[in-house]
Amino acid sequence: MATSASPESTLVSISNLSFSRGARKIFDNIDLEIQRGKITAIMGPSGTGKTTLLKLIGGQLAPERGEIRVDGLNVHRLPTRDLYNLRKRMGMLFQSGALLTDMNVYDNVAFPLREHTHLPESMIRTLVLMKLHAVGLRGAHRLMPNELSGGMARRVALARAIALDPMMIMYDEPFTGQDPISMGALVHLIKALNTTLGLTSIIVSHDVQETAAIADYIYVLSGGRVVGQGTPQQLAASDSEWVEQFMNGYADGPVHFHYPAPDYLDDLLSGK
Amino acid sequence: MQHSKTQDTLVGFFVASGIAALFYMALQVSNLGSYTSDDSYTVIAHFQNSGGLKVKSPVSIAGVRIGRVSSIRLDRDSHESVVEMRIESKYNNIPMDSGASIYTAGLLGEQYISIDPGSSEEYLHDKSQLDITSSAIVLEEMIGKFMLNKAEGK
Amino acid sequence: MLELLQTLGKTTRSAFAKLGRGTFFLLHTLTGISEVLPRPNLLVKQVYSVGVLSFLIITISGLFVGMVLGLQGFNILSDFGAEESLGVMVAASLVRELGPVVSALLFAGRAGSALTAEIGLMKATEQLSGMEMMAVDPINRIISPRFLAGFLAMPLLAALFSAIGIMGGHLVGVGMLGVDDGAFWAQMQASIDFHEDIVNGVIKSVVFGFVVSWIALFEGYDAIPTSEGVSRATTRTVVNSAFSVLALDFILTALMFGDI
Repeated sequence: MATSASPESTLVSISNLSFSRGARKIFDNIDLEIQRGKITAIMGPSGTGKTTLLKLIGGQLAPERGEIRVDGLNVHRLPTRDLYNLRKRMGMLFQSGALLTDMNVYDNVAFPLREHTHLPESMIRTLVLMKLHAVGLRGAHRLMPNELSGGMARRVALARAIALDPMMIMYDEPFTGQDPISMGALVHLIKALNTTLGLTSIIVSHDVQETAAIADYIYVLSGGRVVGQGTPQQLAASDSEWVEQFMNGYADGPVHFHYPAPDYLDDLLSGK
Repeated sequence: MQHSKTQDTLVGFFVASGIAALFYMALQVSNLGSYTSDDSYTVIAHFQNSGGLKVKSPVSIAGVRIGRVSSIRLDRDSHESVVEMRIESKYNNIPMDSGASIYTAGLLGEQYISIDPGSSEEYLHDKSQLDITSSAIVLEEMIGKFMLNKAEGK
Repeated sequence: MLELLQTLGKTTRSAFAKLGRGTFFLLHTLTGISEVLPRPNLLVKQVYSVGVLSFLIITISGLFVGMVLGLQGFNILSDFGAEESLGVMVAASLVRELGPVVSALLFAGRAGSALTAEIGLMKATEQLSGMEMMAVDPINRIISPRFLAGFLAMPLLAALFSAIGIMGGHLVGVGMLGVDDGAFWAQMQASIDFHEDIVNGVIKSVVFGFVVSWIALFEGYDAIPTSEGVSRATTRTVVNSAFSVLALDFILTALMFGDI
């Protein structure tokens, strides 16, 4: 297909994308480009539809307008079979890990291999142990998902996401709710996997420090639009008030501390 | 997929017991167990009134079931009920001059044909006809007669 | 007044929308069965969780229902001097009605609610979504085996229920109340017809298994992925299954035994 339509260096290109949930507009005509082999972060406050964006890229949701091309293929025009083939080349790490709760760690990592390949069990074992070793959990392969801590579950999910050696991985809020140690482990893992496996990574997050530390390029979303973009250094030096508030976590700024409300004094005195 | 042998065993046990239950019902509970093969012959009898007799009602001699009613229809000319019954071939020595009566099992039970063996040396065979018949007793008629007698007797 | 009409319209519209989603879901599930058959392991696991785990409740309930039928039947029939017909009464009520219906209701409560909760939680914890992103169709992989298992287990459970119920009736009638053993079985065999009664009973339970599994799985799949949504979906499964089973039972009975 039209691989030539996108420059060699771009893996995912999003153009004129609009998407709404009910009456609420989540994306309003946004454009994004994600470079091959780089870590691209998509940041923004909660509720800006970052997870929705990943689902759009994965073809689980369809946009209202605009198109998304992954490796030159228009995701939402693909027949189901081709979409599934494309998904085999994408990994996604869900916020909760999304491990299958009725099988142990080993079977979870083996799941995509067993579903999509006809490899003999001995080879599956080798692959599973390699992937688990890469995330440091080879010793935990007999545990059930409910015996894992949140950070471990995410690492298992990461091992599962790389089981089929995908070309890209999408991380949905990988750092949320992690203690400093597992956070550090995840940051290290994402960076390491990206370089050693030659992956393209998309991180959706609102954890500024951790994300800025490993991202090559950052898009900042707010109110359905891209309000800032650039390398972490460029963004840190940005003169946009909004970007400044977000990157530094000020309580008040262009985004107000208070939810829109009638005048405080009037509200208290209205007596209803 | 690791899946335990115990699970396989239990599933096997479950399926086997379910099928056993189906067989139990087919053979022990229903009439399938007593169905006769085609090893039977047909005998015809005319009744003035076959009452509540139905297809598959039992046919018996001395209380032993020897066959079943296979069809009941109306003779267009005589306005009699023509009852065909299939009798198992092993009962092949029923005298030709036997009589057939329709009785009720218990006061409210189902109706059946009872055959009273005669003394002929000839035996019933396929398509032979029973000539001596007595009709079903219809309860309303009995009550009607009884009431009439009572009224007259007064 | 206008508001009332609006609410009615809205309810109707959402009911139809749900029916439509449910139909697509069912078609997808049925086509997925072709992918289950080459992998019997998936099926065995589900037959275990819907069938084997319902075994105890079904057999114990069947035993008690049969014993109650034996006791009540004896009391009524002995007024007419027709105790010998106890076998017929117990067997006919179980094979025609109580076996398929009560076991379907128990199945909805035991296995159906568990299926809804399981699927609903898988949805809430993004397992279904995660599977989709791993290029595995969650309906084919998760729903179809469960559907097939429910569909297969239901007639077996109903048969077990009826068989054990008849034994329970025999235990009370013959063992405790002194009905003649021979008469009990002979009258039963004379009146219960294999095609009319047993086969029709099995057809009923196959239909109920189909409907209850469909409702349970669809409610789970369609649940709002929160704890409240899943709990509501579970309730709906039990209520809607019970309602559908009883309504269908009337329709099937009318078609099979009645002259309507």
